[in-house]
Amino acid sequence: MNTVVDRSKDIGEFVPQPDDDMLICRCEEITKGEIRKAVHDGMWTLTEIRRYLRTGMGLCQGQTCSRLVKGIVARELGVSPAELEPATSRSPMRPVEMKVFGSEA
Amino acid sequence: MEAKNSADVIVIGAGIIGCAISYYLRKRGKSVIVLEGSDNIGNGGSSRNGGGVRQSGRDPRELPLAMYGIKNLWPGLSEELGVNCEYHKEGNLRLGKTPEHLKILQGLTDRAVACGLDVKMIDAAEVKKINPHLSDEVIGASWCPTDGHANPLVTTLAFYKKAREMGVRFITGEKVERLRKVKGRLREVYTKGNVYEGEYVVVAAGYESRDILATVGVDVPMHKELVECLVTEAEPHMFNQMLGTAEADFYGHQSDHGSFVFGGMSGLELNNKNTGPKNSPSNAAITAPCICRGIMKYFPALEDAKIVRTWAGYLDICQDGVPVLGFVDEVPGLVVACAFSGHGFGIGPAVGEQMAMLICEGKTSVDISGLQYGRFKAKI
Repeated sequence: MNTVVDRSKDIGEFVPQPDDDMLICRCEEITKGEIRKAVHDGMWTLTEIRRYLRTGMGLCQGQTCSRLVKGIVARELGVSPAELEPATSRSPMRPVEMKVFGSEA
Repeated sequence: MEAKNSADVIVIGAGIIGCAISYYLRKRGKSVIVLEGSDNIGNGGSSRNGGGVRQSGRDPRELPLAMYGIKNLWPGLSEELGVNCEYHKEGNLRLGKTPEHLKILQGLTDRAVACGLDVKMIDAAEVKKINPHLSDEVIGASWCPTDGHANPLVTTLAFYKKAREMGVRFITGEKVERLRKVKGRLREVYTKGNVYEGEYVVVAAGYESRDILATVGVDVPMHKELVECLVTEAEPHMFNQMLGTAEADFYGHQSDHGSFVFGGMSGLELNNKNTGPKNSPSNAAITAPCICRGIMKYFPALEDAKIVRTWAGYLDICQDGVPVLGFVDEVPGLVVACAFSGHGFGIGPAVGEQMAMLICEGKTSVDISGLQYGRFKAKI
C-alpha cells in the first residue's frame, strides 16, 4: 500500500473499557485490552500487532480472529478497517507433521 | 525547536539496527527521525531471522561487538525497554555427526578461542548431558555457554516502542529515493514527497541501502540471499539452548511460547525460481521439507511436531561476510550500518549503542576497525 504514516500522530490516550478482558485470539489467548494497548504502544499495522502479541500465530493462523483484530485496531486508530492491510498468509494451510512435510519435494 | 522535517540525525531503515541506533541516540539527547520504506517496522531480516544471539562461529572482526553486547546489553534489555524480549543466555551447541564435521567445528572453535571467547569442543556424552533429546548419531559439538537466543520480532518492536515513547519520530511508507550533500557534507534525504535534513544521516536499510548509498557515490559490495524459517505448534518444554550444525543444515531453538523455530536453506536458493512477487521474499516449495529432514536427523523425537507456519527473508550478504559500519571518509556526515550478512540481530543492540556513541563522541568503545567501508579494494 505504501502510504506515508507519521507514527507520532496523536491517537489519544488509552482508555480502559469494560470488555477489555474478552478473548479475541483464542489460540494464543490474547484479549481485546491487550490489542488496544498494543496500538498505543505504536503497533499500528496488523503485521506489527501480530508480531508483538502473537495474535493469529496459533493453530488456526488467524482464520478465526483476524477480522476481529482488524476491527479493534481500526477503531483504536480512528480509520476504516478497509484501510488496514491484512497480515501475510503463510503456508501450510493446515498444521502438518514434520515427518509428513519432510516427505514432500 | 527545529523545522518540521529536520533533526540532529536522520535514520533510514526501521529494522533492529535503525530502531536500536535511534533509541541509543535519543538516550543521549539527540533528536531523531526514522524513515522506513515499507509499511511495517522491522519488516526485513529483523522479523524473519532465527533469533540467535551468538558469538561462536562469528568472524574475528565482528566478534568484539557480539561479545560486548552479550556481556553488557542483552542481559538488561527486557527491563530497559519495558518489553519481554525472551532472551536466554543458556548456550549454543553446534552439532557434528562425522569426523569431517568435527574438523569444521574445531576450526571455528580455535579461531574464537584466539579472540578470547569461552567456547570448547565436547564429546557425545557431554552433548547428551546438555541436551538429552538429540539423536545418538551426534558424536560431538562445539559448546559456547554464553551464547543464546531471543525473540527477534518482539525485540525489534521493543526498541521501536521505547524510542517512540522517548520522542523519536518514526515515519513508515516513506521510501528514500536519494541523498544529497550540501557544501561537501551529507545533509538532505529525499523521498517521493518530502525532504528531511540532519547533521548526520544513518543508512541502515538492509540490502536497499545499496541503491540509497549509490546516490552519493558509495557502493557497498553485497548481494541478497534467501533463507527460510519454519515454526511448529507449541510443544512441551524440551531445552533452552540455541542449536546449529557443522554443515548448517538448520539452526534454531525452542521459544518461551513452546514452539520450535528453525531456519535453513535448500542449497538451490541462488537459482531457484521466485514464485512470489518481485523483490519480495517468498517460500520455495522444496525448502521447508528440506529443513524438516535436517531437523529430524538430529531430533527424531520432533517428527510428530506440526509445522504451522513458514516464511522467507533476505540476507544482505557482504562480499567478505561481515557488516559495513561507521563513517565513510568520502562522505562526511554519513554513517553506514548495513550488509549484516545474517548476523544483524544478535549484534543489533551493540551496533545501536556503538553507532550512537560514534555520532555523539566521534569514536566507539568497541573495536570496529575491521568493519569499515574503506576495506574494499581490488585484489591487485
